[in-house]
Amino acid sequence: TGYDLFATTFSPDGRVFQVEYATKAVENSGTAIGLRVKDGVVLGVEKLILSKMLVEGSNRRIHTIDKHAGLVFAGLSADARQLVNRSRDEASNYRTTYGSDVPAQVLANRVASFTHAHTLYWSLRPFGASVLMGVYDADGPQLYCVEPSGSCYNYFGCAVGKGKQAAKVEIEKLDLANMTARQAVVEVAKIIYSVHDEVKDKAFELELSWVCDESNRRHQLVPKDLLQEAEKQAKEALQEDMDDE
Amino acid sequence: MLSVGNPVSYNHGSSTGNPPYPTDDPALGTTIMAVVYDGGVVMGADSRTSAGSYIANRAADKITLVHDSIFVCRSGSAADTQALTDYLKLYLGMHSLDLEEAPSVQTAAHLINQLLYSNKNHLMAGMIVAGWDKRNGPSVFNIPLGGGVIPELYSIGGSGSSYIYGYVDANFKKNMTKEEAQTFVKNAVSLAIARDGSSGGLIRTVTISADGVERELVLGDKLPKIGFGQ
Repeated sequence: TGYDLFATTFSPDGRVFQVEYATKAVENSGTAIGLRVKDGVVLGVEKLILSKMLVEGSNRRIHTIDKHAGLVFAGLSADARQLVNRSRDEASNYRTTYGSDVPAQVLANRVASFTHAHTLYWSLRPFGASVLMGVYDADGPQLYCVEPSGSCYNYFGCAVGKGKQAAKVEIEKLDLANMTARQAVVEVAKIIYSVHDEVKDKAFELELSWVCDESNRRHQLVPKDLLQEAEKQAKEALQEDMDDE
Repeated sequence: MLSVGNPVSYNHGSSTGNPPYPTDDPALGTTIMAVVYDGGVVMGADSRTSAGSYIANRAADKITLVHDSIFVCRSGSAADTQALTDYLKLYLGMHSLDLEEAPSVQTAAHLINQLLYSNKNHLMAGMIVAGWDKRNGPSVFNIPLGGGVIPELYSIGGSGSSYIYGYVDANFKKNMTKEEAQTFVKNAVSLAIARDGSSGGLIRTVTISADGVERELVLGDKLPKIGFGQ
C-alpha cells in the first residue's frame, strides 16, 4: 500500500503493482488461446456476450495486422485497440523501409517495447491487455505473447484471460508439433468450450482465425464451414464429458 | 614552325574570380556493373574519380562493402554516394542485430532506396546493390537516380554504361560459371573505359557467393584487349 499509486514506484519486495493490476484486468476477460502447429498458427477466443442487442460478429477480438500476421487479445478492448494499431503501423513501416514481410520476432519485440514504454512514466498507465500474435514469416509459423509488463515470449501454445489455467492444462496434453492447422482449429474450439464457465457467464461467441499453409500463409478468420464443424465437435466433446460425469 | 597543339591553360586566379584549383564536385563519371552467375554475383567497376577534367583519384574503389556479403557499386557524386553507403552500413548492422542473422540483399536495396528517394532533390547517386543471402541466393538490384528498386540478372550503370548496352545485352547468358561471369564483366568494363572519358584506370571486381567474397584487380596496362581489331 502506498507503493501502488504509480507505475514508477517499486514495492519493497521488488514488484510494480500498477503492472500487476493491469494484468488483473486481463484475467477478468474471456479466454484467448493461440496454438502454433506444424503448418501454421491458430488463434481463438471466447467472446462473452454482454447483451442480446449486440450484432453478431461485432466486438471483434481477432485482428489482422498484416497479410501474414494476426493477433487476438484479452483484456480491455479499448487498450488493445492501441496495440492493434501500433502493430499495424510497425508492420507497415517495416515493409516500406526494408521491402519485405516483418519477421515475427521483430514485430513482437516492437509491440513489447511499446507496451513496456507505458510502464515507465507516472503520467501514463500500463495497457490492460495481453496480446497473442500469430505470424507466419520466412522462418515458419510463430506465436508470441506480449503482456502488460512488456514481456514477450515465443510459445508453442499459450492462453490468456479467465480460463487460462485450465486451458494451459488442456494445451499441454496436445501433440502440437505433429498437428495440422485444420486439426488445431477443432482443438482450440474444444478447449474454449471446456473452459467456458456456464454458471458465471452465459452466452459466448467463438471467434477463430488461422494463418497457415492452407490459407496461403494469409491471416484470416477460419472459413464458416470449418468454424461450424469445429463448434459441433466441441459441443459433442463437452456432451461426452458431461455424460461421463 | 612546329605546332604544339592546344596548350594547357592555367587559371591564375583571374579577375573573373575563379580560384586557381578545380571547383567541380568530385564525381564518379563511371562504369559500374553487376552480374548474377550460377551461385553468386560478380560486381565490376572502373577506378576514375574526376573533378571536372582533373582526375582526383585514378585508383578509386567504387565497390563498397555494406555488409558481409552485400556490396554497393557507386556512381554519381562521390560525396553523396559515400554518405549513403555509410548510412546503409550503419542501418544494416543495426538491423542484423534485430534479425539475429544477415539481412537480405533485397532489404539493403529497399533501405538505400528509402534514403535516396526521400532526399532525391539533394542527391546525385545511381547505385547497384548486389550480393548473396541465404534465402534468395545471389541478387542484383539497380537503384537509378530518382529512386526505385529494379531487380535484374545483370545491371550496368554510370556514364560509361551507355557504350556497352549492346555488348552486355548480346553477351549475357543465364547461369554462367564464375569464370565466365568474371570475364564478361572485365570485358564489358574495359570496352566502356575505351570509349568513356570519365571512366578509366583499373578494373576492380568483387565476386560474392556462399563461399565468401573474392576481390580482384586488373591493372590499367593489363586490360583485356577485345575488339578494335585485336
